[in-house]
Amino acid sequence: MPSYSRTDMAAKAAADIPEGWVVNLGIGMPTLIADQVPLSREVIFQSENGVLGMGPAPEKGHENPWLINAGKQMVTLRPGGSICHHADSFAMIRGGHIDLCVLGGFEVAENGDLANWATSENDTAPAVGGAMDLGAGAKRLWVVMDHTTKDGRPKIVERCGYPLTSLGSVSRVYTNLAVLDVVPGLGFVVRDIVPGMSLEELQAKSGAKLHTQS
Amino acid sequence: MINKIVNTLAEALSGVKDGSTVLIGGFGSVGQPDALIEALIEQGAKDLTCVANNAGTGRVGLARLMELGRVRKIICSFPRSAGSVVFEELYREGKIELEIVPQGTMAERMRAAGAGIPAFYTATSHGTLLAKGKEEREFNGRKYVMEHALKADVALIEAWEADRWGNLTYNLSGRNFNPVMAMAADLTIAQVQHIVELGAIDPERVATPGIFVNRVVRVDRGEGWV
Repeated sequence: MPSYSRTDMAAKAAADIPEGWVVNLGIGMPTLIADQVPLSREVIFQSENGVLGMGPAPEKGHENPWLINAGKQMVTLRPGGSICHHADSFAMIRGGHIDLCVLGGFEVAENGDLANWATSENDTAPAVGGAMDLGAGAKRLWVVMDHTTKDGRPKIVERCGYPLTSLGSVSRVYTNLAVLDVVPGLGFVVRDIVPGMSLEELQAKSGAKLHTQS
Repeated sequence: MINKIVNTLAEALSGVKDGSTVLIGGFGSVGQPDALIEALIEQGAKDLTCVANNAGTGRVGLARLMELGRVRKIICSFPRSAGSVVFEELYREGKIELEIVPQGTMAERMRAAGAGIPAFYTATSHGTLLAKGKEEREFNGRKYVMEHALKADVALIEAWEADRWGNLTYNLSGRNFNPVMAMAADLTIAQVQHIVELGAIDPERVATPGIFVNRVVRVDRGEGWV
């Protein structure tokens, strides 16, 4: 079965980020997007722990343990980067100052709802982190995730079954099979399908109606 | 003469009472006041409510305090992380209470406490499980959830430099929750890497003014952190 790699997915999302945007990347797959944006295109990456203007991973021997990202990995600051405390960092997020947030997901629904923090299968405590703040506060929310679960269940759904992270805020989804827009009042609109897959095959792997661009 | 500098960790933690709410700074291990947490373990206060972004890792620090049965409740945004074994054991056995709070709401609840704001409305968590039972209100067509200020008895924080008035600077992302926690507690105790002369910190560089700080103790973070 044809499928985009994780790097392909990150590259597709990165290509859609214009110069000048301030972008928060969630932990996991979304962090791969930063490496796909050339340094010559000035995109400002924000990390919820108070880092604005993150640069690439540090070179060996130049790591600074005092400078980490939301995933607790050591990072660098670009010239022009700055540090603030947690309440200011989340004021950027909750106050609508972040142009784009990209998160991972368990499910995205055709009404733009996102579920990504807790599953009913969890016997241990769920962990929300900053996901609900980002989901409610960023100007745009994109999701990068596999199109289906490992056992083949669709993650593109009519309504989320898992507990919600945010309501009606997802506007685009990048999966290993397709790029979908979430259009208010309509639902999922296919922007791109992995080469070698038909719309019918993609629809069969989705739990909600897919529309095509007119 | 005002002098908030104390010489020992025992002095820094003296007077912390059983049943206290304790804020603990840090995001992961960065900006986490490890020596103060160890000193709290030594000090002996129990039946604590601890507020920290993460629920400890391994069997040291906050995890050790929980393992010793001294923490009744933990308030945090991300309890489940690599190495949070003690928390997971206690939670599964029903031996610890958990209040899970979105990270931004957690920071803002403490900022509000420090600023004298008893409660506020936020769009974060509206319509989710975490808004259950909370007052909801609509402003300009959007729905918001009421959240209460989170005030504490004690804040344990880590900073980079301090003077005897308690003015603090931080080192890069070591800042994180520390300045907001410093505002939100009756007794704020700072573990710092450097103590400098009064006036040596450029006023423009003071990130936490001394008004929010009660005690300062110097702790060498050790190799790799300087």
